[in-house]
Amino acid sequence: MWSLISVELYKIFRRPRTYIAFGAIAALIVVIQLGLKIDGDAYAGFLMKDINDTLTVDGKVLNGYLICYILLQLLLVHVPLLVALIAADMISGEANLGTLRLLFTTPFSRTQWVLAKFIAASVYTILLLIWLAFLALFVSMWIFGTDDLFLMKSNYVVLIEQQDVLWRYVGAFVFASFSLLTVTSLGFLMSSMANNSIGPIVGTMSAIVFFTILSTLNIPLFSLVKPYLFTTHMNNWKEFFDIQVNGDNEAITGSILNIPKIKTSLIVLALHIILFVSASIFIVKKKDILS
Amino acid sequence: MKKLSTVFLFVFLFVFLFIGNSVFAQTDPLIEKVSQKLALVNDYVAEGTMKTDVAFIKASLGKVKVYFKKPNLLKVKKDGGISLLPRGGVSLTINTLLNTKQYTAIPGGTQVLNGKTLTVIKLIPNDDNLDWVISTLWIDPVEALVYKTATTTKESGSYEISMQYGAYAKYGLASKIVFSFNTKDYKLPNGITLEFGDEDPSAKQKALKNKKGTIEITYHNYTINKGIPAGIL
Repeated sequence: MWSLISVELYKIFRRPRTYIAFGAIAALIVVIQLGLKIDGDAYAGFLMKDINDTLTVDGKVLNGYLICYILLQLLLVHVPLLVALIAADMISGEANLGTLRLLFTTPFSRTQWVLAKFIAASVYTILLLIWLAFLALFVSMWIFGTDDLFLMKSNYVVLIEQQDVLWRYVGAFVFASFSLLTVTSLGFLMSSMANNSIGPIVGTMSAIVFFTILSTLNIPLFSLVKPYLFTTHMNNWKEFFDIQVNGDNEAITGSILNIPKIKTSLIVLALHIILFVSASIFIVKKKDILS
Repeated sequence: MKKLSTVFLFVFLFVFLFIGNSVFAQTDPLIEKVSQKLALVNDYVAEGTMKTDVAFIKASLGKVKVYFKKPNLLKVKKDGGISLLPRGGVSLTINTLLNTKQYTAIPGGTQVLNGKTLTVIKLIPNDDNLDWVISTLWIDPVEALVYKTATTTKESGSYEISMQYGAYAKYGLASKIVFSFNTKDYKLPNGITLEFGDEDPSAKQKALKNKKGTIEITYHNYTINKGIPAGIL
């Protein structure tokens, strides 16, 4: 099995297309970091307009932790599109080139090949996420320094002590890996159904955009289906950054406001991954290789 | 006779307007007593714990250092981290109010507060440049300790400061201070925060209901008259 995964990883990282996502993430993060470094105080002032009417905030609000949070909010919505570029090409790309027939004539079963391809695509996804974490968190910490995380939500503010922040990011990135692996598996499923790459890539992107819009619209009709959409759960990494308060309105260090919500989302995402990969295996096993 | 009455009127007006005014402008003996106690302190550095209780803010307890230097320089600094303080209000402590000496004290009777009979004195600033408009002090006449102040400022709203005393009462320094102030609405559009999911509903409800905030500083120890490190105030 390892040899199959190695072959698939070699194929992924030999293609120049693979590095587009790494380059795009680096370019976006550097541009945002540069912008915030030059004009971040004005941005922070705009965000804190309401708070400054009542309180004086003393300290380094625009620090590496907040920059990383802003970057993740902006990027974790779009990274799935970059993941789709590779994942949705894994089977259909080979079908298009006519090499799928060759693969399936080897002594390895179709299930083994599909699993190896999925694992290789997952490795790519995880590496992309690690690259994102390195640039968004560690480079931001290096450029902007660290302090407490002063998080401005729509209706309230959360102030998390700096020694209580890093583990939340670890949790958030682990959660984000589940989100992105769901996208990988969706792209993989689409790929198993087609004989060229364009359809599955565009199909995966369209599905993500469509379901994301359904997840964010607060229309009662959509509320019925929202809990079952993977896009509803993909953004719940933010739950790691909301904390509980006691009866005296003191924030409880080390706490997470809604652990059940995180657990539910992880289960829903894991079920989607299992469902999509199983469906991919089923489709490929039944597939007539005509190309 | 008419000239005499005119002269008498002028003399009366002179006495009333100048001497009388200077008599009223004299500080109240109780205020003087409080000031004398506070005059023992030229500067201090106090370590304490700060608790922020504002409806729309979730913050944990933080360790703070409070720096004071005569006549009215005061700074609250959190030991590493971000601190939230009421806008303009934290600097209006007893020391900063009384050390300016630029006020007129008006007696306001007595009131019972937490079982103590306290003398109420209102201060009106004589200097138009001062930030505060009026301040009411609740003072224990026996101990010469101020237990509560209510101050209205020109630009930063109204504040109430309640005090408790402990080991440093002889210097007029509190062991616990509670700043109470009115808060304004906090709301950021979802498009800016990118928070499209459900936020903590209890926090949302609390933010809508409670418009009063408090910041509590409990002092653990004071270092008095040992100087303030350069560059802090």
